This record gives sequence, structure tokens and C-alpha cells, in this order.
Amino acid sequence: MASAYLSIEQVGKSYSRGGATTQVLTDIDLKVDRGEFISIIGHSGCGKSTLLNIVAGLTPVSTGAVLLDNCEVNAPGPDRAVVFQNHSLLPWLTVYDNVRLAVDKVFRGRKTSAERHDWTMHNLDLVQMGHARAKRPSEISGGMKQRVGIARALAMEPKVLLLDEPFGALDALTRAHLQDSVMQIHAGLGNTVMMITHDVDEAVLLSDRIVMMTNGPSARIGEILDVPLERPRRRLDLVADPIYLRCRAAVLKFLYERHRFVEAA
Amino acid sequence: MSVPARDSVPAPETRVAAFPKAKVLPIVAARPKPWRARFVAVGRAVAGKVVPPLIPLLFLLVVWELLCAGPDAALPPPSRVVADTWELITDPFYDRGGLDKGLFWHLFASLQRVLLGYSLAAIGGVAIGTLIGQSQWAMRSLDPLFQVLRTVPPLAWLPLALAAFKSGEPSAIFVIFITAVWPIVINTAVGIRNIPEDYRNVARVLQLNPLEYAVKIMIPAAAPYIFTGLRIGIGLSWLAIVAAEMLIGGVGIGFFIWDAWNSSLISDIIVALIYVGIIGFFLDRSVALVGVLVTRGTATS
Repeated sequence: MASAYLSIEQVGKSYSRGGATTQVLTDIDLKVDRGEFISIIGHSGCGKSTLLNIVAGLTPVSTGAVLLDNCEVNAPGPDRAVVFQNHSLLPWLTVYDNVRLAVDKVFRGRKTSAERHDWTMHNLDLVQMGHARAKRPSEISGGMKQRVGIARALAMEPKVLLLDEPFGALDALTRAHLQDSVMQIHAGLGNTVMMITHDVDEAVLLSDRIVMMTNGPSARIGEILDVPLERPRRRLDLVADPIYLRCRAAVLKFLYERHRFVEAA
Repeated sequence: MSVPARDSVPAPETRVAAFPKAKVLPIVAARPKPWRARFVAVGRAVAGKVVPPLIPLLFLLVVWELLCAGPDAALPPPSRVVADTWELITDPFYDRGGLDKGLFWHLFASLQRVLLGYSLAAIGGVAIGTLIGQSQWAMRSLDPLFQVLRTVPPLAWLPLALAAFKSGEPSAIFVIFITAVWPIVINTAVGIRNIPEDYRNVARVLQLNPLEYAVKIMIPAAAPYIFTGLRIGIGLSWLAIVAAEMLIGGVGIGFFIWDAWNSSLISDIIVALIYVGIIGFFLDRSVALVGVLVTRGTATS
């Protein structure tokens, strides 16, 4: 138990406005091993983004604690790099400068300027964006922006990579491309990844474990599903794979039978 | 010379080297064509921009000429304005000492005051605006005060400034400052308050310190708003300087207009107004241009 790399312990979150208190998350307990790929899935409004923000340190917990590598998380930092849903690249900087800003900040004093340049280019090449380094975010497509966002996060050499619905705003084909890229990077670097998603196929394809959240308010972890698929996984081979289909069915059942989204969407 | 398409090709060569070179011919002959076409296209584009504003201008001049043609008209027609002020228009640089100077010197004096007052307003306005945008408490304590003060007409400050500074020059500069500073403060504050939460989160994850945050994120993100304020500010200061100079006297376009009125030189007033308008236009455009250059790429991605 204590050896878990990332440990979310009894975390609860409530917001108070005036006299009213809204309980968003209750009793979230989750252990993530080093190198594990975890997806968190649930209907919108169930607090999964709040959970990610708590791990990122952007939102303080109300109760409980988050431990990463045996240190308590209470502020944001580059050891928990976030890939935001809408890429959040700074539009006045070029692709290169967006990544370089992070590299300079994290590796100042540890790497020389030339090394930082090489590291920036290495990470851009990792997401196949080296060719667009001189472009500004407004000049590249949505999928490319998200690639740069991933490069920026990877360049911080985070202990945990936090992906907040990273492909939600992309079309299906681009999304598939990026999912393949993320799988490749995960296989190559062995990062610990925590991803928020509402896409069942994405969750099954990418994850080692899928954390399913019940509906809010006061959401909790409903079920955790192991995905015992061999890696490397190939999208096409999985289409008829019985394990894949079983996992997919399990998540769908959870989301649409036991925890249907009750409010009008 | 009979076939126009062959004009530009050295004629003897084509004849001697008969067939193989005949293939090259159309390309060589085609060259002048795009050049001419481009010339026509550029000419058309320029005409498209220049002609439309000229039409109402000509129309206005004709109407004005007709309305003021009578011998008992209160205002001079354009033809007489030009005749009366020919010296003023052709020689803006004369200087006969005292206040008897060419229009250039008056405009130059006014511009100096505006630039000094406006620069102070830009620096102070951006600084105060940043404070209000960043701090909820600064906003709560200062905003009501500013909302009241900014409605005070510029010239109402002048007597108070004269009393405080006991001299016309700093008073005029103060009036420019106080006129231009409010839109700069308010727009800067709005710009800083509107920095997307995502950018703040990026800064937090990267653990940028306050100085890095200001340079890398805050100023670039708020730049479009800041420049909106700066542009409104320069327009207002140019509006205020003429009125202020009418009251404080000395060299300056405002005083020139007032002096011309006192000497019943109506044509001089009209020429000065045209100059004031054109300078104001260029001031506005130059701030806008700087804004475009600085905020390049800052618009939404």
C-alpha cells in the first residue's frame, strides 16, 4: 500500500458558496503504480476533472491527501505535467518557444542552453512536430496543437502525466492518430499516466486500468476495471478481440445501465 | 513586328534557329503580360481605395463653395480659404519670433505636450491598471474612485492644475495626463482580469515566479486590451490639448485657433482644423500600428 507511486487517499472535495455546500467528490481512494496508464471515465459533471486538478495541485483538497513518490501534493508543479483539454498553448509564442518555456523553467541550472535546445527539439520530434517549430499555434491544426501540448508536458519529465480529455475536441481520425502516438510514447518512455476521458474505446485501448466514477454530486469510484490486453496494442487487431470486447461491454454497462446520466444533458 | 507576341524576342535569332527555339518563344513572350496585368491590378486596387473617399470630399467642397459663395456669407468658401491662407499652407516653418510662427511650430508644440502627458498616462495607466486587474482589494478600493473621477471633463481639471502648478505648461500636460489615463487604466485592468484561466494554470504548473508571469504571460495576454486603452487615450488627449491651449496661451495649435478667432481670420481657423484632424488621424493610426505589431499573434488561436 505505502509503496504505491501515486496514492490518492480518502480524498473529498466540497465547494461552499454562501451557506450552501456542494460535495463534489467523496472518499476517493486510488493507488497507481509507476508506469501504469490509468483512465478515469464518467459522465460529464461527475467531478473527474476536479480529481485531475486535485492531483495536479491546481485545486486544493477538502479532506484526505494525494501522495506522489511519498511526498504530499499541495501545489502545482512540473512533476505533474498537465495536458489541458484545449491545449492551452500561449498564442504569442511559437511552437518551439512554448515547449522551450517549460524546458527553460524546469531545467534551468541543470542543462546548458544547447542541451535545453536539444531537449526541446527531441520532445517536439517525439510528437512529430519538429517541422512546425517556427509556427504559431494559430497556424497549426487542432491535432497539432494538442501534440505540442503533449510535447510541452513530456519535456518537463513529469513523474505523472495528467491528460485532461486531451482528444475531446478533435475529430475521430485525428484522435486515433494521437492515441497511437500516446501509446507509442508510453511504451517508449514508460510514463505514469492519468487520463480523463468520456470515450469508452479510448479508455479500453489505452489503459491498464479504468476507473469508473459514479454520477455527482458526491461522486465516488464506482468500479475499477483491469484491462489485461497485451501491449503493444494494435487498434485493428483489437476490433474482434474477446478481452477488448468484454472490457468495452463492462464499461458501457457501468455507464449506461447502472449509472445512467439522470439529468437532461 | 507584325505579330505583337513576338515583339520582345530578338527577331533574328528566332528566324535563324527555326523550330527548337519556337517552343521557348511563348514563355518569353508571355513575361510582359503578367507584369502589365500586375500593374493594372495594383492600379485598380489603389484606385479602389482612393477614389471612394474622394467622391464625398469633392461633393462637400462643391456644396460648401456654393453655400458660401454669396457676398454676405458668414464663412469663407474653400476657394477663399486657400487664397487667404496661401502663405500659411506653403510655408509652415516660418518663425518671426514671439507667437508669430508657422503652423508646423504650433503643431510641434502641441504634439510635444501631448506626447509628454500621454507617455506619463501610458506608464501610470498600465501600472495602475495592472494593480487593479491583479488584486481584488485594489479593485474594490480604487475602482469606485476612478469611476467617479473619469467622468470629470478634462477642462474642469485645468483651473485646479493652474492653482497647483502656478504655470500653464505643466497644467496643460496634467490635463492631457488626466484625460488619457482613465481608458488606459480601465482597459488594462479588464485585460488582466480576462486572462484565460488556462494560461494561469500553465503558469502555475510551470511554477513561474511573479516576474516571469508578468513578462511571459500577463503582458502578452492583456496586450490587445492595453492597446485599445492606449488608442482611446491618444484620441482623447488630442481632443483635450486644443481646448487646454486655448485657455493657457503660448505656442500651440489651440492658441493659434483662438488667436485667429480674435483676429477674425476665419480661413486660418479652417486650415488649422484640417491640420488638427489629419494629425489626430495619424496619432490614432500610429498607436494602432504599434498595437498590431506588438500583439501580432496574440489574437485567439
